Amino acid sequence: MESKEEVKKKIREMGRNLLKQISKQENPYLDVPIRALSNVSYDPKTKLITLGNKTAKRYLFNVAHIRKFAQTLGVAGLAKQLINEDKHLNIREAFYALKRPVLGADINLADEQEETNAAIEDLELILDASREQLHFNADKGGFVAGKVIIQDRNDVIDWSKLGSGGWSIPSNVEDIKFKKVDAKYVIYLEKAATWERLNEDKVWEKLNCIIVCSRGQAPRGVRRLLQRLNFEFGLPIYVLVDLDPWGTYIYSVLKFGSISLAHISEKLAIPDVKYLGLTPDDIVKYKLEKHKLPMKDVDTKRLEEVSNYEWFKHDERWVTFFKKMVALKGKVELAALTSNGISFISEKYIPEKIKNKDWID
Amino acid sequence: MAEEAKLREISIAEFFEKNRHLLGFDNPAKAILTVVKEAVDNSLDACELARILPDVLVEIREARRIFKVYDESGVALAEIVLEADRAELHVEDRILKPSEMKESNDEKTFVFEDNERTYKFKIQGKGDAEKYLFISGRKELKVVKMPQDRFAIVVEDNGPGISKEHVARVFGKLLYGSKFGAGMQSRGQQGIGISAALLYAQLTTGKPAKIWSKTEKSKSTYYCEIRMDTMKNEPIIISEKDIKDGKEHGVRIELEIEGKFVGGSHSVEEYLRQTLITNPYLSLTFIKPDGEKLFFKRTSETLPPLPKAIKPHPHGVELGVFERMLKATSSRTLAGFLSNDFSRVSPNTAEQVCKLASLKPSIKPSELTHVQIEKIWKIMQTFDFMKPPTDCLSPIGEESFIAGLKREYQADYFVATTRQPVVYRGNPFQIEVCIGYGGKLPQNESAKIIRIANRVPLIYQASSCAITKAIQKIEWRHYGIDVQNGMPFGPVIIAVHMASVWIPYTSESKEAIDPYPVVLKEIKLALQDTARKLQRYLAGKRRREEAAQRINLFEKYLKEASEGIASIAEVDSNTVLTGLKKILKHGNLGGEENGEQRGSEKEDKGNGT
Repeated sequence: MESKEEVKKKIREMGRNLLKQISKQENPYLDVPIRALSNVSYDPKTKLITLGNKTAKRYLFNVAHIRKFAQTLGVAGLAKQLINEDKHLNIREAFYALKRPVLGADINLADEQEETNAAIEDLELILDASREQLHFNADKGGFVAGKVIIQDRNDVIDWSKLGSGGWSIPSNVEDIKFKKVDAKYVIYLEKAATWERLNEDKVWEKLNCIIVCSRGQAPRGVRRLLQRLNFEFGLPIYVLVDLDPWGTYIYSVLKFGSISLAHISEKLAIPDVKYLGLTPDDIVKYKLEKHKLPMKDVDTKRLEEVSNYEWFKHDERWVTFFKKMVALKGKVELAALTSNGISFISEKYIPEKIKNKDWID
Repeated sequence: MAEEAKLREISIAEFFEKNRHLLGFDNPAKAILTVVKEAVDNSLDACELARILPDVLVEIREARRIFKVYDESGVALAEIVLEADRAELHVEDRILKPSEMKESNDEKTFVFEDNERTYKFKIQGKGDAEKYLFISGRKELKVVKMPQDRFAIVVEDNGPGISKEHVARVFGKLLYGSKFGAGMQSRGQQGIGISAALLYAQLTTGKPAKIWSKTEKSKSTYYCEIRMDTMKNEPIIISEKDIKDGKEHGVRIELEIEGKFVGGSHSVEEYLRQTLITNPYLSLTFIKPDGEKLFFKRTSETLPPLPKAIKPHPHGVELGVFERMLKATSSRTLAGFLSNDFSRVSPNTAEQVCKLASLKPSIKPSELTHVQIEKIWKIMQTFDFMKPPTDCLSPIGEESFIAGLKREYQADYFVATTRQPVVYRGNPFQIEVCIGYGGKLPQNESAKIIRIANRVPLIYQASSCAITKAIQKIEWRHYGIDVQNGMPFGPVIIAVHMASVWIPYTSESKEAIDPYPVVLKEIKLALQDTARKLQRYLAGKRRREEAAQRINLFEKYLKEASEGIASIAEVDSNTVLTGLKKILKHGNLGGEENGEQRGSEKEDKGNGT
């Protein structure tokens, strides 16, 4: 982890570089790495999605660039101030900080949060520093339970004593200190309903594990927490998701990294993640055929996209998985397991699958 | 002439009634415009022919005013009728003449009396501010002015005047005139217009036409009141006299007609304003019924060159006309007739044509059989004669056209094109187009279209006119002009002029040009030529605006960018601002060229640094 001073130096360098261009009377520009599938590749060695080296030149004096240029400068200035004052801003707050008039003009520097979000992501790439290092926080989301004791600032928190809600995972977990971790593995769940089932069944106690949930795609705080548990305590992460392309992609992002955050895959991806979610074979095995939901056009299209990702299409197990998914012509939710008994998932499904090593890693 | 003979057989009035619409008298609003138009056309033609800079007065007066008197419950009690020389009070079934009339600065009083009581009618104020008062005995009653239905139309010019012996016939006889078949570009063509106006006045109000004519300053003015004998198509002079005055020369005509005075695009004022566009040497005074007086000073002291009269070209003559010409000719031989009575036929070509028709050149025109006549006529239609001369045309000219349009419309930019003359069936014609753009022209309306034939603006029948149809066929968007509902849209004015010895009007009222393919094609070409000129201007304008907008945008961000860079580079912001201003000033904007491709930033294959 780079120190605050190093990040501040990077911001200063960015400004000095622009000054150099100005003194040479060149149209000032920033080199912005491109964040798109066209500039992303999968490295089979590290098993990570990595950003290519394509960059775009963002000029100050260019009708199409000038606004983004000014926004990027604005975000950089804000980051500098946050680091100096040791404060953090949520990206929503950052938007309001920049939704102010352009100095001496009658237009706003930013009018939509998408603009400032993009500017923050661009700055991360330009400086090769993470959002957290720049003191911007993503939206938080996700909760956890288990026999773990942590220290967050001045509070000591026991994850096993937080009732039915669990500990709410903040957007930044860099400064969390683990005081005690008593678990053999982590179960990550896509749906809050399933997490509540497992929590009520005290699965974390019975199976000696940690249960983590985020609704939909895992935000950066959750991903980083999982990564720390894996890296620092060697805990395997089992991912339980629905049988549909969206669920598969949640697993994909946790394991390989995402396209839009490919530049920080190393800081977020967990190559050790194991897929423990519903498989086409489970549908037969657990008699879930009758709970199939119809595939909509968007689902079919997404399935095709996901199955074509570089990191899936050369892996025989996944090729077969997707083939069977297509043949199934439907999607199935984890919650459907309830048709086999209220606590079927806690008492049968999870223990059996882990015992039989019925996962894809 | 066959038509004239035929006309004599039926009553002229009946003919008029049946053909009102063809003559431009199909409704009361249009009738006023048609009368003004016919009289003004005549005045301008006469002045031009006599090489006099025209001074024209047009006055429209309310000829009869009717007021209704109501009691408290809204029952009509009486009616007051005021005319120039008459005032009447109609009450029950009696008609009272005023026993007393008083007029002061601001008030006119009419006093009527019957056995029972005295009635007073007062008009206070003038124009729009007029107020009316009616007092019956001691009671004041409500008076309402009825809409006007009768107008006196006066048109006066400073032209050469008409000699005493011709006056009555010029105005009081249909198809009498010097212009018919004269082979010259002029406003009037058939000698119907003004006599038809007189007939309309006679049929609607029964009032005779009043005419003043003076040919020389030293002579007296001849004044007459005439009617038309509608059975014989001959004028009847009701009264006449010679008036001694100090005037120079000219004609004044006064007609009283039933009509409706309207504003807007079909108004007399609009017609007069458009007339000024193509007649910059015209000085015009217009007095409206409400007393408002408009004066337009001439902007040019030069008259257009006098168009030359030409003999018909063999390609333009119809078989019937050809036969009549043969009957009327003074030439003794066929070859002589061809070379004398037509333009572009030399004695040599005349002999060639005769040979092709296997006819002796020396044959007497009167001895030709119908079959022979048809044969020679057919050969004439395909024979390769020289094109007719085009110096008989009098175009407005690009500069004058622009000057004329500028006089009435405030646009930023004007372009004009005068095409070379073209011949259609022996008739030379020439198209001119002038387009104005921007300025005070309305942004959110269809383009204003001005149609002109031989310097006369066309007001009615726009949709059936060749000019409108040609405008609709142009892809205006290609030239940077918007289109809505098939018509150009936005701050644009398009004026099209057709000059010709013979304009193919769709009817006798001369309201629209018939869309013959050749005419349509020429108008389109003229429009395209002009639109291209405008497009060059618009493209330049757009580039200048974009460049200005770009600099404006850059300047907006100058302070923000300087402060931003200074803040993160930890230097003084003034140094940065000076540096950025310098870059902007020297315009050394590497990377700007790809700024034109709006949208994504340029992708560089980086070196992995």
